[in-house]
Amino acid sequence: MHKHDLIPYLLLLGDSALIQGQRLCEWCGHAPALEEELALMNVGLDLVGQARNWLEYAAELLDDGRDADVLAFRRDERAFRNLLLVEQPNGDFAVTMTKQFLYDAWHQAVLQGLVESSDERIAGIAAKALKEVTYHLRRSAEWVQRLGGGTDESRRRMLEAIPAVWRFTVELSAGSDNEVQLAQAGIAAAPAAVGAAWLKQVSATFESVELPLPKAASHFYLNGRQGLHTEHLGLLLAEMQFLPRAYPDATW
Amino acid sequence: MYAQLVETGVKRVKSLDEMSPEERNFQEKIDAEIKIEAKNWMPEAYRQTLIRQISQHAHSEIVGMLPEGNWVTRAPSLKRKLQLMAKIQDEAGHGLYLYSAMETLGADRDEEVAKLHSGKAKYSSIFNYPTLSWADMGAVGWLVDGAAIVNQVVLQRTSYGPYSRAMIRICKEESFHQRQGYELLLTMMREGTQAQKDMVQDAINRLWWPALMMFGPSDEHSPNSAQSMAWKIKRQTNDELRQRFIDQTVPQLELLGCTAPDPDLKWNAERGHYDFGEIQWDEFYEVIKGNGPCNQERVATRRKAIEDGAWVREAAVAYARKQQNKNAA
Repeated sequence: MHKHDLIPYLLLLGDSALIQGQRLCEWCGHAPALEEELALMNVGLDLVGQARNWLEYAAELLDDGRDADVLAFRRDERAFRNLLLVEQPNGDFAVTMTKQFLYDAWHQAVLQGLVESSDERIAGIAAKALKEVTYHLRRSAEWVQRLGGGTDESRRRMLEAIPAVWRFTVELSAGSDNEVQLAQAGIAAAPAAVGAAWLKQVSATFESVELPLPKAASHFYLNGRQGLHTEHLGLLLAEMQFLPRAYPDATW
Repeated sequence: MYAQLVETGVKRVKSLDEMSPEERNFQEKIDAEIKIEAKNWMPEAYRQTLIRQISQHAHSEIVGMLPEGNWVTRAPSLKRKLQLMAKIQDEAGHGLYLYSAMETLGADRDEEVAKLHSGKAKYSSIFNYPTLSWADMGAVGWLVDGAAIVNQVVLQRTSYGPYSRAMIRICKEESFHQRQGYELLLTMMREGTQAQKDMVQDAINRLWWPALMMFGPSDEHSPNSAQSMAWKIKRQTNDELRQRFIDQTVPQLELLGCTAPDPDLKWNAERGHYDFGEIQWDEFYEVIKGNGPCNQERVATRRKAIEDGAWVREAAVAYARKQQNKNAA
């Protein structure tokens, strides 16, 4: 395998963390409790920090003069490789926590594979991230339980939130050919193993509060790994990238 | 300073002779710099004044997240985004910490927050001004956190133990925010384009006077100061703190290569301080009364967050109760 083959994978990891972090920033000042202001920002901070690590590595391999900031703030949406799940709007707290939980369960499974990566740089970033994401998953799983098993109102909202985002989970249990090859080379986490671990975690958490597990999401026309996004990403990027695009010569 | 015009409910400071034995004992402890702790006897007016001051301070931390939240989704680099997110997280933490200090006085967080939402409780006037450019994130860190620190450094010696200890911890983080804010502006001024430099000067022009107002009314119009000073809730007067802030800030302003929107600002060698122009007190009182540029939006946003989140908090309580029952069974 050539080092260049790693780039799409690093972008998948980095862009997903960045976009999820960006969505969490949108909660600032609007969270349902002060403790959640702290927690949402804390998780977001971890994710944007991880995104920086992945994008820095991607920029080094690209070696075309772009750095992590240029990758984050100057790429068009078609060049973003994040999961479709994380670009979806926050909705209410049930949608936000469902997205977070489905993503965290995938994220943890991926990182557990990556700490064993034969690429030392990847293994190093993953080891640090895994500690953070283990906490993220514990927290979001607990919220799924609280909301799913709390009041009639919270359960009703969970029962609406899950099907609203479930179709995007097709990307969590299947990887690209590139990822399969990277996994065979001992660099990436094997998509099939990640998918199985993800499903096990999601099933167990849903079952604990008797939330019905939808049937496996089938093929979806759009595909984040190919840069085919939902309409939401463009608007998210318009906001996130405003300053570097409006002032291309600026130093921040 | 995140607390302004805190009512003491006391018309005149009593002398030791006029006090009951309990009051005298209390005042003598204060005079001897012995900290008052939650379980110690204290005059009701002291307790109420502290509840008002600490809750105002806590509310300010929380409302203060909103002008930053306005830019956190638009931070221009990963480093700046991370810095701002960390600052906002610290502020939520300060809010929690201060509400806890307040609860040691027998106050209830939800009740005090309800007062904020009904307009009965105040928060710092500064957060009723809009943040209109990225440079405001630097100017807020430098000037607003800077002004807050001048006050809070003194409050580390405030007479109520839990508040004093909260201040010691908070001051460390605020100084960090202030340095970061200043560094953000310095980068824009030293390495930035003309458009960025204009942005910095514009931010200073807009935030300079509101930052000076953070210290509250001038001493002659500060009816509550005497009692708060006697109780050592306050340790220095509004005007003393404001002067200290100006004296330490002007050299930093010059190092930036920027100016203050005050033609009367100049060094007075005789006084050993900077002279400065008259604050627009009408504006200050209007903002305090709720008529500032963002008062309505700030309170409405906070109220909506807590109202919209009611079902989430109820779910958490209901789930915890079910788990308890399950474990007990």
